[in-house]
Amino acid sequence: MNIGDTAPPFELPATDGTTQGPGATPTAVVFTCNHCPYALAWHERLLDVARDYAGRGVHVLFVNPNDAERYPRDSFEAMRERVEADGGWPAHYLRDESQDVARGFGAKTTPDVFVLDEGGVLRYRGAPDADYDDASQSAAWLRGALDALLEGRDPEPVETEPVGCSVKWSQ
Amino acid sequence: MSPRPCIEFLWWEGCPSTEKALELLREAMTTEGLDPDAVTMREVPTADDAERERFVGSPTIRVGGREVAPAEHEPVGLTCRVYRLRDGRVSPTPDPRDIRDAIRLATK
Repeated sequence: MNIGDTAPPFELPATDGTTQGPGATPTAVVFTCNHCPYALAWHERLLDVARDYAGRGVHVLFVNPNDAERYPRDSFEAMRERVEADGGWPAHYLRDESQDVARGFGAKTTPDVFVLDEGGVLRYRGAPDADYDDASQSAAWLRGALDALLEGRDPEPVETEPVGCSVKWSQ
Repeated sequence: MSPRPCIEFLWWEGCPSTEKALELLREAMTTEGLDPDAVTMREVPTADDAERERFVGSPTIRVGGREVAPAEHEPVGLTCRVYRLRDGRVSPTPDPRDIRDAIRLATK
């Protein structure tokens, strides 16, 4: 999927028993997982984004597409346990068992961030910020993209290289 | 004269941490007076290889046969390894102090 393309619509099961997908509001779709150190290193920053933008009409969806047969830590059950152990997350954590959503988006890594506008058009894609190892970066690229959409501007940058573990495709 | 421990760097191509971890290892070796090029690089390309090596993720660094950050309860597999830094943060690479301590222990 390229910048300017309309994202394929989807609905996926969430750890809280609901079914979720992008709505008619700006949405950040974050492909992530339980076992990757890059995803874990960026995780708190991404949760902060979900908290900080919830009141501004932004929807943040975490999607785990990894093959749970080879990576049991990414099973739906393990996802539920993780969210429960954390006392809940400020965003839904969705299971992409068929990997169709990850394939449709062209997700490469965990994490891999896609920001959609209210029409479902891809406006930013890439890493949350420039350095997984620097918490002070605060997911600046993702925040900048959301701020731009909320203010009617184009994000800058519109695309960065996603950094993380490869998506674990079923074999 | 201090012993020269065998330093092994086990890596899997699916994880992007290799370059940074190798840089950290070579810095630590230089700091501890070892030749930074004296690293035995070993690729772990298959799940069978991971099983045979008891490889719990990339990168794995062994000094004198001991892991710089032992992870006894981690499952074996082709994945990126999760390290815990000394300040508590999660990282794809080990804490440099853990690497240096492992080298010091092996060269005593």
